[in-house]
Amino acid sequence: MDYLLTEEQRMIQELARQIAQERIKPIRAQLDEEETFPWDILADLAQADLWGTIIPEAYGGLGLGCLENCLVLEALAQGCVGVATTYAASFLGAYPLLLFGSDEQKSRYLPPLARGEALGAFALTEPQAGSDAGAIATTAVKDGDHYILNGAKQWITNAGEAEFYTVIALTDPAKGARGAGAFVVEKSDPGISFGKKEKKMGIRASVTREVILEDCRIPKDRLISKEGMGFLVTMRTLDHARPGAGALAVGLAQSALDEAAAFAKERYQFGAPIFSFQAVQHLLADMATRIEAARALVYAVARYLDSKPRDFTKEGAMAKLFPTDTAMQVTVDAVQVMGGHGYMREYPVEKMMRDAKILQIYEGTNQIMRNIIGLALNKEYSRKK
Amino acid sequence: MNIIVCIKQVPDTQEVRLDPMTHTLKREGVKAMINPFDLYALEEGLRVKDARGGQVTVLSMGPPQAEEALREALGYGADAAILLSDKKFAGADTWATALTLAKAIEKLGAVDLVFTGKQAIDGDTAQVGPMLAAILHIPYAAWARKLSFGANGALTVERLLDHGYDAVELKLPALITVVKEINEPRVPSFKAKLRAKKEPIPVWGLEDLGLAEAEVGLNGSFTQVVKVFPPPARGKSEVWTGEPAEMAGRLWQRLKVMSKGVAE
Repeated sequence: MDYLLTEEQRMIQELARQIAQERIKPIRAQLDEEETFPWDILADLAQADLWGTIIPEAYGGLGLGCLENCLVLEALAQGCVGVATTYAASFLGAYPLLLFGSDEQKSRYLPPLARGEALGAFALTEPQAGSDAGAIATTAVKDGDHYILNGAKQWITNAGEAEFYTVIALTDPAKGARGAGAFVVEKSDPGISFGKKEKKMGIRASVTREVILEDCRIPKDRLISKEGMGFLVTMRTLDHARPGAGALAVGLAQSALDEAAAFAKERYQFGAPIFSFQAVQHLLADMATRIEAARALVYAVARYLDSKPRDFTKEGAMAKLFPTDTAMQVTVDAVQVMGGHGYMREYPVEKMMRDAKILQIYEGTNQIMRNIIGLALNKEYSRKK
Repeated sequence: MNIIVCIKQVPDTQEVRLDPMTHTLKREGVKAMINPFDLYALEEGLRVKDARGGQVTVLSMGPPQAEEALREALGYGADAAILLSDKKFAGADTWATALTLAKAIEKLGAVDLVFTGKQAIDGDTAQVGPMLAAILHIPYAAWARKLSFGANGALTVERLLDHGYDAVELKLPALITVVKEINEPRVPSFKAKLRAKKEPIPVWGLEDLGLAEAEVGLNGSFTQVVKVFPPPARGKSEVWTGEPAEMAGRLWQRLKVMSKGVAE
């Protein structure tokens, strides 16, 4: 379906598709099997200028918007969600700076990111603070011209490979959620170390580690915005990033449908291609319809976001919730359409099914998404009398 | 360094149709791409420029739609592009093509290196590169799989042979035809693609190149494609498996049967 993209949007979409087709697809099984960090592909993305998609031109980026970002993420996810997550998570670390950073902070961290020379990471989650993000215990104590951070962050994407980390820590534990600050910690700062690489069900090309802060001393100019702004920075960052998670899901689901449909044309049983059986066609029809609905939702929310509305928390959550649930359903069905072949690691769909699960969990679980939407609806309907 | 890369736009499809008059490919309206070997040639040209400075100009002889291929080449990082296009160029064989390209290169002035792909995947002759070098009176190395510059700027080229490779040294200016082993082409750059959209691509025709009608196109060709056809379908084929010595003996027996009618 033609979404009436501008020529520039088509160009960036085609470029990302070319990279997915030529560079990612041929090695995705190997990346998954060997759990290799995709440095070569990250270099290709740098050559293509795609590390600059949402970075303003003043800092060396392309200065494009949410829709362009979603087009790129969808295309890369059609190659491999592990690779696409590595790329997307870097921007999760950058959003706090983009949205709340000072000029000096932006000038320092955004240009290397835009050139693909430095990866970012976002460090919020802790062992006792997942969905309950307010329960974080990492502290940042002011000490003259420095802050000293102590605590441990869990399951941080790109940890150990990224150059800079946006860490959410409590400057005033007594204030709870209102007492947090967002800090930029660099890999070379004293007192930051990383745990072992986690073994995951899927997105195995993506790296996930603990971030351990032991008397990590950073200059006070690493605080983004003000003390107490930590959770607002977090919420706005996630609002901006959520359509992107939806876009990853759309790309993943599309690639699963493509594999299943192509297989169904070639696989003969009972003297006919299985594509000719209604049971299979109905599965594929439902898959295709849900993917199109998910895509339309992501693009609509992305366009809405680019119009700079005051509040888009509900829409952002919807743009994450529906596509990721769709991707899980579609990938499971893709395995089913391909039957025994779908189960074999020789074929790409079992990886896609394994990759899909995390999309319902990270960047806010889909249960939290439903909470967010419910809360927003409650407010909306309280106003209408 | 002044680097020129000659590219050809070829059909991106298995189905090709022939023009009944010239017996050459109908190119208009067919989905097209840059000849794959030419992408490797372009990459090598860009690498030499990255390492030693200079500029890369892409040339192509073709119908007006070949401009797309040139814009695509600009998107990979080429600095300038020129299209050689004229109705009179149609039906050109490898000689007429090489002559036209040579005239364009002469018009561009001093050149250090000319890169072409090994062959075009539609013509498969692998002649244009070497012919171009001959017309320009410059040395060439074909099927280059590696380029290196020595301390004194001398160029050494490793050439792919049927078995292994050899190495030759060339004085510049020189022409190189490349094979896929030479490099891994980069991905295009979005900024370069944006610039490419607006970049003017001059079109040079018969008069711009100072050529006569008799020298170009079908008129200027020494050869003409009379017919293009797929090889006749073979009969049933057999697949044998087994130990090499045993199969060799079996094959020998079969060959005797086929050639002399000896009973198997």
